[in-house]
Amino acid sequence: MSAFRALILRDLRLSFRAGGEALTLVLFFVMVGVIVPFAIGPDRPQLMRLAPGIVWIAAFLSMLLGLDRLFRTDDDDGSLTLMRHSVLSLEAVVAAKLIAHWLVTAIPLIIATPILALLLSMRADQWGLTVLALACGTPALTAFGGIGAAVTVGLRRGGLIAPVLILPLVIPVMIFGVGSTDSLVGGSAVLLLFAFSLVACVVAPFAAALALRAAGE
Amino acid sequence: MTVDTAPKPNWFSRLAHPGQFLVWTRPLLVPLAIATALCFAVGLWFAFFNSPDDYQMGDMVRVMYIHVPNAWLSQLVYGVMTAAALGTLIWRHPLADVANKAAAPLGAVFTAMALYTGSLWGRPTWGTFWEWDGRMTSTLVLLLIYLGIVALWRAFDDQLKAGRIIAIVTLVGAINIPVIKFSVDWWNTLHQPASVFTAQGPHMPASMLTALLVMTLAFTLLFALLHIIRIRTEILRRRAQSLSRQAALSGGNA
Repeated sequence: MSAFRALILRDLRLSFRAGGEALTLVLFFVMVGVIVPFAIGPDRPQLMRLAPGIVWIAAFLSMLLGLDRLFRTDDDDGSLTLMRHSVLSLEAVVAAKLIAHWLVTAIPLIIATPILALLLSMRADQWGLTVLALACGTPALTAFGGIGAAVTVGLRRGGLIAPVLILPLVIPVMIFGVGSTDSLVGGSAVLLLFAFSLVACVVAPFAAALALRAAGE
Repeated sequence: MTVDTAPKPNWFSRLAHPGQFLVWTRPLLVPLAIATALCFAVGLWFAFFNSPDDYQMGDMVRVMYIHVPNAWLSQLVYGVMTAAALGTLIWRHPLADVANKAAAPLGAVFTAMALYTGSLWGRPTWGTFWEWDGRMTSTLVLLLIYLGIVALWRAFDDQLKAGRIIAIVTLVGAINIPVIKFSVDWWNTLHQPASVFTAQGPHMPASMLTALLVMTLAFTLLFALLHIIRIRTEILRRRAQSLSRQAALSGGNA
């Protein structure tokens, strides 16, 4: 367990020391939200109606953007090869890296949502539900992103493949995520979203580890 | 492996050994092609001349004989790819990844055809080319998944490594497709669809059902034929590649 924790701490330290990439991701997240009113006009009631969808699109894009460096840097400098032969099984290594990645990419987004809520004139209850849904749904995004990153780790010129591969698979997250702000079915949507996340988090380490093994053969 | 040391071929090695596969599928191709053409001829004859007009849709109902078989194949092909992915991961079956690679573009084309004929059918009957209806939306997502897998196959240089990795993606997709279907249906009932989806059910005259079944058989045979041809082509391509690599190697040594 200490190796597991050490791996998480290592990834957290790396991402905070490598020039604040978490902050850049938050900036991108907010920028996507800022750019939407320019596209559809500053009509406040309309923005309020669209706000949960906009926040989810911004979250999707920024989660997918940060996906590529999940295993890439470790593969480039050879640490991934070391981890394959460490005391931890590769599945546990992947799980640790996914947890660290979620902490670095999803938590800052959730913390930044009040800014978007203010700009898009969200109601307070809408914002609360969106935060809840983001907390329940982003683990699934990270899990599927982990599979996508593991699958494309051996590709030298495949930067765009992983998002293209992952996006159709995580459509349920978008549907239930936006649906959870609905007044009628919001409760069941959050539950379904959380269920999807749980299953994804169970499957992802095994699938990603299998793909990493196949890539390293 | 030379012929002398090869084990006596059972059904598994006949399926698994690329050379054996080339041998036993060679005489299959022409009869299969003839059967496909015959089924198409009979099915189209039924569809055009020996089935009634729909009392509401008139002649437009004949789109169904193309549309439904394509929609059926869009799901069957993913099933074939899933079986191939299991073959790759469990038995390291040498032809399973070739079968997956050969099926992916076919599945994409059948799915695209289902969507295309569906929109042609929808325009006169519902008054729109596209409706965010549950079934159409999940077919569209299925098309995107197919295209992603095709893109992934194209991205890899090392096809053997690609086979195992794409098998994992195919399986993850197979687990996920029912969930996507469920979520899209859930989303669709949330936003009441604008168009009236008339449930026709199995209430159709026998002549229509015959035409539909024959056309489905014809399209399924077409898939089988194209799949075998694509597998053969891929085997020969890999063989040609390894031969040219050997030639380059010996040329470099000389």
